[in-house]
Amino acid sequence: MATVDFRVGERAHITVQSDVCRSCTTKACVTACPADLFTPTADGGILFNYERCFECGTCYLVCNNQGAITWTYPDGGHGVVFHRS
Amino acid sequence: MAEASGETTSGGFDAVVVGAGPAGSAAALVLARAGRSVCLLERGPFPGSKNMYGGVVYGRVLDAILPRWWEEAPIQRWVTRRSTVIMTSTQSVSVDVRSQRWGQPPYNGATALRPEFDSWLAGQAVAAGATLVCSTTATGLLREGGRVIGVSTDRPQGDIGAAVVIACDGVNSFLAKEAGLHHHSEAAHFTLGAKEVLDLGRTEIERRFGLVGREGADLEIVGCTGDIPGGGFLYTNLDSVAVGVVLSVEGLADTHVRPEQVIAELKAHPHIAPLVAGGELKEYSAHLIPEGGYAMMPDLVADGMLVAGDAAATCLAAGLWLEGVNYAIASGAAAGTTVADALAVGDVTARGLAPYVRRLQEGFVLPNLRRLRRVPDLLLSDRMQSLYPAIVCNVAEGMFTVTDPVPKPGLLRLARRELTTAGVRLRDAGRDAWTAVRSFG
Repeated sequence: MATVDFRVGERAHITVQSDVCRSCTTKACVTACPADLFTPTADGGILFNYERCFECGTCYLVCNNQGAITWTYPDGGHGVVFHRS
Repeated sequence: MAEASGETTSGGFDAVVVGAGPAGSAAALVLARAGRSVCLLERGPFPGSKNMYGGVVYGRVLDAILPRWWEEAPIQRWVTRRSTVIMTSTQSVSVDVRSQRWGQPPYNGATALRPEFDSWLAGQAVAAGATLVCSTTATGLLREGGRVIGVSTDRPQGDIGAAVVIACDGVNSFLAKEAGLHHHSEAAHFTLGAKEVLDLGRTEIERRFGLVGREGADLEIVGCTGDIPGGGFLYTNLDSVAVGVVLSVEGLADTHVRPEQVIAELKAHPHIAPLVAGGELKEYSAHLIPEGGYAMMPDLVADGMLVAGDAAATCLAAGLWLEGVNYAIASGAAAGTTVADALAVGDVTARGLAPYVRRLQEGFVLPNLRRLRRVPDLLLSDRMQSLYPAIVCNVAEGMFTVTDPVPKPGLLRLARRELTTAGVRLRDAGRDAWTAVRSFG
C-alpha cells in the first residue's frame, strides 16, 4: 500500500526461538499479530518474518514463553514507515 | 563520550529527547526556546513515520505554545460532529453531538495524519533551535553511578551525552523500562489499535456524514468487538475514512481471533456498512495503546531523566473521552520546562527534576487521568462489553416499537425486563452507574 512502506533492515529486529515455541500450547502470536507474521510450522514451532512488521509490540505481550521472542526496534531508519497514517 | 554536569555540557547536549512524536517535539521546542541545546532523536526516517492512531488531535494545549496553530498545522478535518455509539450485531444507539462552534477558530478536535502532524510539530522544535537527528535508534541509557548522562545509539560512535534524557519513546518505552521506572507493564494494561484507511473522496464523505467543507465526523463505538473487550472507531479524513478497532491484548490472545476479522465485522455492521461502502483500501496499520491510564503510569522522574507521552502512559482511553496527542504534548512541554529550570539552577537529580510531577498535577494531565482511572476497567468489563449494549439497544428499541393493541410498557418496565433477562444484578448496575458518575460527572 502506498502509505505504508517497509525499509527492510539487514538485521532481523525481532527473532523467535522456534524450539522454545514447540512447548507452547496457545501460540497466541499466530492470530494476535496484526501483520500476520507468525506461522506455525509442521514440527510444532513458529516461523517468523520480520520484513513487514508494524513494530507494535503485541507479540512480546502475548507470548507466554519467556525468551521465545527477542524484541528490539529495527536499526535507525529501517522498518515500517507510515507516510500518511 | 561527552561528560555531563549540572549545566551545559561540552561536546554533548543540555538535553537529549528520545522520540520526535508529539511529546518529544513539545519538550524539545520548550527547551530550545529556553536557549538550551537539545538533541531530538528519532528512530524513523522522519518524525511521525513510526506513529499511527485513530484519531483526533485536540489542539487546545497548543494555544499557549503555538498561537493560532490552526492556521499552519496540517489537519484533515475539523471535527464538528461526534457520535458515541453502542451496538449489538443488529442494533445501535447513538448519541450524536454537533456543534458549529467546533468548526471555527479556535476549533476543538481535528483529524490529522500523524506523519504530517508530527513532522510539522518537530519542525517547530527545529525552527526554535532543536537539533533533529533521524534514522537513529536509542539503544540504551548511559550512566555515571546511578545517574543518567545520555543515551547510546545504533550509530558508530553514537553515544549522545546530555545532562538530562527525556524519554518520549512511545508505548513500548525501552528507556523507561531500563531505568526501572515501569512497574505495571503487564499485557492487561494494553490494547491493540488496528485500522483501515479507506479512500472515498471528499464529496462522498461530505454527503455520507452530512458535512460541509472541512467539517469532520468522529464515531466512537462500543459493543462491536465480539468476544474481545474493546471498541471501535471511525474518523473522517479529508478524502478517506479511518475505521478500526481497539482490542484488549489479552482478549485477542485468548480468543484467537485475528484483528482484521474484527475490523471486517465492524465494517459489515448495518450502522457502519453504508458509511464505508465502496471505500478503496489505502492503508492497514496497527499500534499499541497504553489503555490502563493512571493505573499503569511509571515513575516519571529519575536522576537525570524524565518520561513523557505514551512512554509515561499519559494516553486517556476513557470510553467517552479518547485523547492522547494533547496529553503527550502537555507532558512533553512540562518536561521541557522542568528541565530548563533544573539546568538553570544546576540540579538535574531526581530531586531537582521533581517539579515535573507537580506541573502535571497543576494542569490537566494528572487530574484528568486520576479522575478517570476507574474507566478502563469499567469499559473493558464483561458487563460493559456484552450485557449493557444489548440492554441499552433493547430498551431503546422497545421504547420506539409500537405495541398496539398492547399499551406502551414504559421505560422503567423495559429497563427492568432487560436487566433481568441479561442477568445483571441491580447492585452491579448501580455500582457501574456510580463509577460513571464519579468519572464523568
